[in-house]
Amino acid sequence: MSDTPQSETAVTITVNGQPVVAEKGELVIAAAERAGVYIPHFCYHPRMKPVGMCRMCIVDIDSGRGPALQPSCMIEVAPDMVVNTESDATKKAQDGVLEFLLLNHPLDCPVCDKGGECPLQDQTIAYGPGESRFVEEKRHHAKPIPISENVYLDRERCILCDRCTRFAKEVAGDPLIHFTERGSNTEIATFPDDPFSSYFSGNTVQICPVGALTARPYRFKARPWDLVETESTCTSCSVGCRVSVHTSRDRVLRYQGVDVDPVNWGWLCDKGRFDFEAVHSDDRLGAPLVRGADGELAEVSWHEALTAAAGHLRSALDGAGAGSVAVIGGARLTNESAYAWAKLAKGVIGTDHVDAQLGDGLPAEVVLGLPRATIDDACTAGGTVLLLGTDAKEELPVLHLRLRHAVVSDGVKIIEVSPQATGITSHTFASIRHQPGDTAAVVAALLGGGAAPAGVDADALSRAREALGAGPLTVVVGRPSVAESAAGAVEAAAAVLAAHPDARFLSALRRANVHGALDLGLAPGILPGRVTLDEGRDWFTAHWGSVPAATGLDTAGILAAAAEGRIETLVLLGADPLADFPDADLARRGLEGAANVIAVDLFRTASSDAADVVLAAAGYAEVDGTTTNLEGRVSRVSQRVNPPGTARADWMIAAELAFRLGGDLGVESVEDVWDEIEQVSPAHAGLTLELLASDEATAGFVVPVPVEVEPAEVAEPAEDGDSSAEADAAPEAEAEASAESEADDAASDDADGESDDEAALAVEATPAPERPALLTFVAPAPAAAPAATDSYSLRLTVGRKLYDQGTLVAHSPSLANLAPAAVVHLSPKDHDRVGVGVAGVTEVRIRSAKGDVVVPAVADKALAAGTAALAFHQPGASAAALIDAGAAVTEVRIESVEGGAS
Amino acid sequence: MSDTTETPAPPSGPRELPKVVTSRWDLEDSHTLARYEATGGYTALRSALTKAPQAIVDEVKAASLLGRGGAGFPAGVKWGFCPPGVWPRYLVVNGDESEPGTYKDRILMERDPHQLIEGVLLACYAVGCAQAFLYVRGEMALAQERIAAALNEAYAAGYVGKNILGSDYSVDVVLHWGAGAYIVGEETALIESLEGNRGMPRLKPPYFPAAQGLYLKPTIVNNVETLSNLPWILNNGAEAFSSFGAETSRGTRLFAVSGHVNNPGVFEVEFGTTTYRDLIYTHAGGIRDGNELKCFIPGGASAPWFFEEHLDLPLETGAIGKAGSMMGSGAIVVMDETTDAVKACWKVVKFFAHESCGKCTPCREGTDWLEKILERILHGHGRPNDLELLLDVCDNISPGISWPPRQTTICPLGPSAVSPISSALRRFRDEFEAYLAAAEPPAVASVGGSVPVDIRVGASS
Repeated sequence: MSDTPQSETAVTITVNGQPVVAEKGELVIAAAERAGVYIPHFCYHPRMKPVGMCRMCIVDIDSGRGPALQPSCMIEVAPDMVVNTESDATKKAQDGVLEFLLLNHPLDCPVCDKGGECPLQDQTIAYGPGESRFVEEKRHHAKPIPISENVYLDRERCILCDRCTRFAKEVAGDPLIHFTERGSNTEIATFPDDPFSSYFSGNTVQICPVGALTARPYRFKARPWDLVETESTCTSCSVGCRVSVHTSRDRVLRYQGVDVDPVNWGWLCDKGRFDFEAVHSDDRLGAPLVRGADGELAEVSWHEALTAAAGHLRSALDGAGAGSVAVIGGARLTNESAYAWAKLAKGVIGTDHVDAQLGDGLPAEVVLGLPRATIDDACTAGGTVLLLGTDAKEELPVLHLRLRHAVVSDGVKIIEVSPQATGITSHTFASIRHQPGDTAAVVAALLGGGAAPAGVDADALSRAREALGAGPLTVVVGRPSVAESAAGAVEAAAAVLAAHPDARFLSALRRANVHGALDLGLAPGILPGRVTLDEGRDWFTAHWGSVPAATGLDTAGILAAAAEGRIETLVLLGADPLADFPDADLARRGLEGAANVIAVDLFRTASSDAADVVLAAAGYAEVDGTTTNLEGRVSRVSQRVNPPGTARADWMIAAELAFRLGGDLGVESVEDVWDEIEQVSPAHAGLTLELLASDEATAGFVVPVPVEVEPAEVAEPAEDGDSSAEADAAPEAEAEASAESEADDAASDDADGESDDEAALAVEATPAPERPALLTFVAPAPAAAPAATDSYSLRLTVGRKLYDQGTLVAHSPSLANLAPAAVVHLSPKDHDRVGVGVAGVTEVRIRSAKGDVVVPAVADKALAAGTAALAFHQPGASAAALIDAGAAVTEVRIESVEGGAS
Repeated sequence: MSDTTETPAPPSGPRELPKVVTSRWDLEDSHTLARYEATGGYTALRSALTKAPQAIVDEVKAASLLGRGGAGFPAGVKWGFCPPGVWPRYLVVNGDESEPGTYKDRILMERDPHQLIEGVLLACYAVGCAQAFLYVRGEMALAQERIAAALNEAYAAGYVGKNILGSDYSVDVVLHWGAGAYIVGEETALIESLEGNRGMPRLKPPYFPAAQGLYLKPTIVNNVETLSNLPWILNNGAEAFSSFGAETSRGTRLFAVSGHVNNPGVFEVEFGTTTYRDLIYTHAGGIRDGNELKCFIPGGASAPWFFEEHLDLPLETGAIGKAGSMMGSGAIVVMDETTDAVKACWKVVKFFAHESCGKCTPCREGTDWLEKILERILHGHGRPNDLELLLDVCDNISPGISWPPRQTTICPLGPSAVSPISSALRRFRDEFEAYLAAAEPPAVASVGGSVPVDIRVGASS
């Protein structure tokens, strides 16, 4: 914020007699505020286009024709402009506006949620009249009225600033609230029968400058002055929005978005904003459980539970060996806990059957190896973004907001390759619709190779080609559908990288800290710090004592092995494969096949109910630590409340288990764990605790951070810089880190060389193995294209909805009922062919090789013929019943269900 | 002129004033194409198509035709504001005549729709528009009907559409009916309405739609009367037009006189030389029932009121402005001695409060408050401080209550509600005070004492 504008774009104006250097094009209100002159305002919001409606910010501005009252939120700075925010005319006008705003305002501050943090209240106290001259009856409206499930509108308090309506239209792209009526009867309203059902509706509550919009989950819960505010990072998905956690009396009461430039700009999605309710759910586990002689899970002491868990691990180790232990999950964990569990599993137990993903993501070496992009890279003006099969609006909502803004405001061109329409389709430059399983073939055709698969629109393809060469290319790569294998997306990414070596990749894996878990080794064949098992063997053997001999299995492999009886003890680290693994049958067989199951979880879930030992973990807002977002940005999460009962942090559970297995993780605090990560992880070298505690840490640090070669002795001043060098490096970290990853080989070599020195210094005289190099992307061998479908079959695509039956949503009462019921989308042609809509038929039976489900069907014009689209884990029907984890695509047959079964 | 050795004598005595825009008003079938053609219609278009567009612009500039919507900006100059080389350009016809007492455009559209259409075509040709939008106020049913019928006739006859009169010039005219909002008379609000949005004024800059208007393209917004002048000017020449009127106000102009006069109506008179006395006492037949004039609104409801002493002012922008009001859209509302000044004032303010679009705070809340205070006074609940309060509220909408008005609002609608109050209070304060003197004491005493405030709070954005 304190950056001085560059000379070529600097404009000097005078504010209250003081010269102020502003940036060309900057608004007077922003320039003044930067210079410490606060101009009161209500409608102006720095992240939205100014509208000049409230008139509170009118000040005397002299642009050469004498001072005149003008709205400072609408006027850009100009050379020699003279601004006076303290003139008599300014004060009179602002007092007048404030009085006007208060005329019809109910002044019910004592019962208003906003009271205590209300700009109208604050400015009235600061500048306003002590007494109203308005003696007439105030406007009256029914109040409050719900405009959505979670947002309530009080039209009497509303000052018609246009913030919520502008947000809905400009930022969220959901113009579902609008002004109606006119003059003093103007009010905010939704359209008839059309609620403000935006995924982003909660932001309007946060930016409302009065208490007109309130959030149901927070209404009457607290007074702002009773709240303790702590900055943290949202872990509802992997975008990593910065939030402020507001707590009182050991309870989380709400989250507010924090405006950080590289990530969320202050916005949150409603899932992230309101799922704090799950923190204090009555269903949280407050004590460990062990299955007793009666076959029921019963609360026991931690000693008993940990001994039982360690016993299960020990019996596996002593029996079939380390290879009969497997760990599934870890994306819920902090980086520190993920590292502790990786060290436990791979260093102490010695198994490489570890996977933080549940068969619904991408191979770890792909995510870690592809040259990384930041969100800002993707949103760079003039650039092109290739979306490979992810619906960011449903899975990574705030990334969707950033991409949407990039298109609307900065001319970024989006090319979408997807089997079905997504939330951003209407903003794409080209949207290529294809059959599930054809991603790689479409991308090959797009890059100029062979013919496009049948049914792909040639116009869309040629438009996409036009955009591909236009500017810097960022590829957002995720799993297009859990009903097809990840191979297609991986092959597509490899092809793009081969054709466009400068392209950067943004992973669209969705789970909270999945990127941190992968970075820290919770994946088969991976060790902490983005190194392969083989590359890091020496280094980690030196630090841990031992590492697994060979690459282990991923979740699908673990479950298959367990089903065959080859896994004796299975640890579910915050994972619920029965609900989340795409192949329900395999998940069930896997859990049944494992002799012992240990679950570490916040809740009893379908899977932890099947466990022999359930260890109660502390969750979000209950633990300190760090999390890593999809950019590789490490930022802090903060403990604010105590976990329920005796639930404890995951890293502590790992340390206890290690101890009971005769090992020692060597850590006694979160800080210890981070110190060790910084010491041993090639990707995290240089990201010290001091850096994480610094002022720059709000926006987080993209790893790897550029590493300064540290002087031999801390006390000895370096010749080439002073002690501020490190701090200076921090803000540039993101940019440089991503620049470095551009040429991955070079970056790794750098890190290698530098860490060499550091390691030598750290271990002094002892010759130590070299800090291993970061793994690089190796294009996989192309998979065989899936066999053509017969003319009766459709291919299934299974995406995600923001609100599903996931644990957090299900335990957040304000969100749980927002999950839409499962419904299958068919192209109008298939819809008619199947016979839906005829003779009262509304439901269809979808049958695959694995099973069948009955769901309602709707026609969807945006879907190609031959594709059936069903969302994962929605109420009503389970797509997982249809999917075979081993199949390249899921072929289904669809028939109408007579009589519309209920 | 150079070929005559004799300098033409200055016109001596009253000359015959031509009927520039009202020539067909008395004809029964004036709205039909047949009558229009029979009375010289579309000849200007025919000849214009043989000239360069710039020639039309030059002719109109030379005629010094001022915009007749209210602001009085020279039409030819406005046309020149279109940034060169930016296409398409649009012509928007402002037929949303909504000022109380103004009904000249309505009659022009009802009685001579082809004259307007010809004017539209001429303007389009001059500016280079291939599309024109004719925005007609929602309440004007007959005007809508006549305009629509005339446009159909003109299309059928080849005056509008593709390859007009066999030339390579094509124009489409789109009709659009308003939904009844005064503020849509403001050109940027009209454009918003035309785009399908709420009729709210746009923020300035850009100051002129000519730079960025409809669909963010260069757009000329002209008034109905302005365009209706074009056929005559091009048929008879700029010189003939500008030989009438005063220095800066050339030609003839329509004025609508209403209120307490014997013969209310729309009159075409010489611009800039005719006085209010001529209009009220000669054309409009004087005050009703032989009453005395109390005051008159000289140019639309937003104009400060004039009185007896202003009767001999010429209808000329500069003179009226110097006297502290404006000619605006040419609507003169006459009030005789029986008028209750407080009530009249309330009525005008009520109009503006009703028509405030609600976008900016001072207008939305201020006009409503003014109306409520006046209503309270009228109903016998006035309070001793009400007159100072009225003026202070006015001051907060229009700082200084000066003329021309300054504003804390986005557009001039808010300050418009200030004019009647400042006028009435200045001249007829005794009438307000009489209401206050007769008022019942307030039922509830106000809460006394104010809180000392000196805390500066930096509120979050």
